[in-house]
Amino acid sequence: MQLKLDNNVSQFAEEIESLSGLKVYDCYQCGKCSAGCPVGQFTEESPTRLIRLIQLNQKEAVLNSRTPYLCATCSTCSERCPMNIDVAKIMETVRILASREHVKSPVKEVAAFSGAFLDSVKSNGRLFEFGMTISFNLRNLTPLKDAMLGPVMLQKGKLALWPRSIKNKERIKRIFEKSSYFEPRAESTGKKEH
Amino acid sequence: MAYGYYPGCSLHSTAKEYGMSLMAVCRKLSIELNEVEDWNCCGATPAHTTKEELGIALAYSNLLNASRQGLEEVLAPCAACYNRLKTAKYALNHSELLQKRMDEITGGKVEHEVKVFNILEFFRDIYGQDNLKAAILKPLAGLNVACYYGCLLVRPSKVVNFDDPEDPQSMDELIRLLGGTSVNWSCKTECCGGSHAIPETDIVLELGKRIFSSAQSAGAKMIAVACPLCQANLDMRQHQINEKYKTDFKMPVVYITQLMGLALGISPVELGLNSHFVSTGELVKQF
Repeated sequence: MQLKLDNNVSQFAEEIESLSGLKVYDCYQCGKCSAGCPVGQFTEESPTRLIRLIQLNQKEAVLNSRTPYLCATCSTCSERCPMNIDVAKIMETVRILASREHVKSPVKEVAAFSGAFLDSVKSNGRLFEFGMTISFNLRNLTPLKDAMLGPVMLQKGKLALWPRSIKNKERIKRIFEKSSYFEPRAESTGKKEH
Repeated sequence: MAYGYYPGCSLHSTAKEYGMSLMAVCRKLSIELNEVEDWNCCGATPAHTTKEELGIALAYSNLLNASRQGLEEVLAPCAACYNRLKTAKYALNHSELLQKRMDEITGGKVEHEVKVFNILEFFRDIYGQDNLKAAILKPLAGLNVACYYGCLLVRPSKVVNFDDPEDPQSMDELIRLLGGTSVNWSCKTECCGGSHAIPETDIVLELGKRIFSSAQSAGAKMIAVACPLCQANLDMRQHQINEKYKTDFKMPVVYITQLMGLALGISPVELGLNSHFVSTGELVKQF
């Protein structure tokens, strides 16, 4: 990958810092997060590299990276970071920011899954797994994916065929309508101290 | 003893044997569980990776219902639900701005603290190890178990503040208390791939293969879990792992409450041990 670098401060790093409340510049590239990442073999940019790209103001590359979508949110990286950077939270922040800026997800399957899952919760208040799986398969254009598991699950009583909705669906509607992409953070928390 | 209970979506469907076995164990031990009224989905991974406030608000809405019901202690057996409820509590404890937003979004305020417990904490700290030990009728003698904690029970440690994030012991202690043997192995907190099972199945198969290889070489005959995602990924996908990697794993993946139930003398059917993809026949035969 060829990077266009300038000598200015990374506006993108400042943006991530103010959105997440985390200190991106604290990372000194030790690589511990990447060493423990369970999905490392499936991604192009390691977490270490993704953070370096943020420090180098490479917003477009970061928002189009597959890494934040393939992150399994296991938090091994956050747990092991010697600088206490919540790396998994940075992945989450990048994903949410990409969504807010309408950047198309580079991993369409994960986007389709999230969409199908949240639609189900939005309409029933609870996850209706059977409906969600069908909805995912339709969105993903893989109508028969995991179809062989269905009959066995049904036979074992592990698959409900009808959704069970909650009583007060208004409150769920309200939560979906009113929730913002990011929680509010005081001005000072996002500023870097270097 | 009566406690609040947040089952979450899985315990009513794909993880029904987790719910069944928990109920059977509680009946046996005279523990009364009061379901959080009209509870909703915690939002799981899709909510908090889509909108930060959505992830918090869906979880918070349940804490709100619990507090209105007067529940002070809530058991969340699903590790993913447990993690989301604890995350909401942690985030709110650290930000008054967020608390204000949650009041606006949900139109309510949690009036008193609602403590949230995972399954291992609940039986260790609330019910008590001595009480449990006294109720054992059929010790799990000769069972070699790999205790698999996965991610969400123990990480992020600053949020859940439970056990050791890299080498937890609470489930191992419980297995030993039940009379079984917990094996030493290196994958107890490795990730199973979580919600990638549907969109990125290959990741889950690869991670599952590593987990089974490690458990097998440590001499385990089964894997014990406390998370519906871990259970589904390892049990339901085991034959796909065998097909893809030409392996021959036949390892039952059982909920910790199912093993507790066996030790308490509850019948395998009542514990849902017949609803697994990988046969639990060898295990059940001994009880």
